[in-house]
Amino acid sequence: MKKENRFYMDHMSTTPCDQRVIDTMMPFLVDHFGNPHSKNHEWGWDASTAVEKARKGIASIINASPKEIIFTSGATEATNLAIKGLALFHPDKKHIVTTQIEHKCVLDSCTFLESQGFSITYVPVQKSGIVQAHDIENAIQDDTLLVSVMAANNEIGTIQPIREIGHICKKRGVFFHTDAAQAFAKMPIDVEDMCIDLLSISGHKIYGPKGIGALFLRKRGRRVRITPLMTGGNQEQGLRSGTLAPFLCVGLGEAARITWEESSKENVRLLNLKRTLWKKIQALPEILLNGDFDNALPHVLNVSFADVEGEGLMGHISEIAVSSGSACTSDSLEPSYVLRAIGVDESMAHTSLRISFGRFTTEEDILHTANRIVHAVNHLRNMSPLWEMRQNGVDISTIEWKH
Amino acid sequence: MKYSQKVEDINKNPKNVGSFQDSNDIGTGLVGAPACGDVMKLQIKVEKGVIVDACFKTFGCKAAIASSSLATEMLKGKSLDEALAVKNNDIAADLALPPIKKHCSTLAEEAIQAAVENLKEKQ
Repeated sequence: MKKENRFYMDHMSTTPCDQRVIDTMMPFLVDHFGNPHSKNHEWGWDASTAVEKARKGIASIINASPKEIIFTSGATEATNLAIKGLALFHPDKKHIVTTQIEHKCVLDSCTFLESQGFSITYVPVQKSGIVQAHDIENAIQDDTLLVSVMAANNEIGTIQPIREIGHICKKRGVFFHTDAAQAFAKMPIDVEDMCIDLLSISGHKIYGPKGIGALFLRKRGRRVRITPLMTGGNQEQGLRSGTLAPFLCVGLGEAARITWEESSKENVRLLNLKRTLWKKIQALPEILLNGDFDNALPHVLNVSFADVEGEGLMGHISEIAVSSGSACTSDSLEPSYVLRAIGVDESMAHTSLRISFGRFTTEEDILHTANRIVHAVNHLRNMSPLWEMRQNGVDISTIEWKH
Repeated sequence: MKYSQKVEDINKNPKNVGSFQDSNDIGTGLVGAPACGDVMKLQIKVEKGVIVDACFKTFGCKAAIASSSLATEMLKGKSLDEALAVKNNDIAADLALPPIKKHCSTLAEEAIQAAVENLKEKQ
């Protein structure tokens, strides 16, 4: 999206709300403001009809039944509800399997359960950023309750073999949760075919509003039972109390419908943009693609530029919004744990940029971004002592650094 | 991260970027580490005990680049003892660095000390 010569290339972080989505939401803030849980008047019925229509649409995209969709405030809440809610309901099983590159909402839910006596196996991934299904299978124990593996990674975009993992989980009698915040409605997900028991959905990653998401919770076949984290008015089948926000539910429904209906055509367009971007950036020597080009979402490229620190680089392309795995962009001063998990050494992790584009990005925007990055990297390499050493044939890894 | 206007201005137009050919009147300080995300190389040129020129190359964020650029400017005209008296707080305050970026000014102080030390070793 371009505005006053600004270029938004951070769609993995969030997406702008599509005007078509906003148009469907507005009436539910003004005319149809009713409480969808009011059963005895038209205001309530209007709101509840719209919410149920949205629920049905969302369910159909993943081949689920509407009653298997629980609205939440976002994918983070959905994931917390899935992992902690399942653990609370099944106190007899104390082991969870996940990967080292999950989103923080999965990792921190697991950390919390560790403090409550659970043990967690964090399965490593390959250099490509993809976990091997047999590594997941090998990590399953007799007391394993749940396997949680994301559908697509939020930093490098790699797509995980969730169908294979789902079938392993079904065979082994273990519940399977997938965080699909980045993948839902963008790529085909079929909860039946893939044997998924729980799945987290986000609204604002698919050009919908922030503050809304959903949890798919299997009811058909092997029913999944969880303990609610939020109690009160027993909304959402008692699993997530609190009055629903119909305008947000409608927004999520419409955003999902548009994204899904346009996905096959849009994915081809985005992949072409990614190819163009990568080809242009490859004019630079000493760069590294983090993850896997092909087995990944088509709208994200994560690249390390040797000897140029990520935050400094972002500062030189300040009209373009991107992200970096550099420690300087985090509050912790630690570089990205995802890049570390795929074997990117610390110094290269500090030099990474995540460039993610989307629905409103044009080829012109991509060319501008590529040109600016190439120019900034060359400029900053000229002032980098590491680049100078590299040019002089110094092996940086042999230097004893004072720090 | 949001920085002060001064940090932004220096990043647009950093002063004294470059390298000196090594010789007996040149002191070089190389501090930081690639794994930590910042490396500074600061060099001083000394004539009759006075720093007549200084330059730097930095791998790092905007705060690190601004700190090293400012350090080279502060050094010119100073004696070695005066150079050693330049402290991280002087740099951090001048640039209004956010607290989490204080280590960038510390690194600049360390670079100055390493450069002076290197020169003294040669003389």
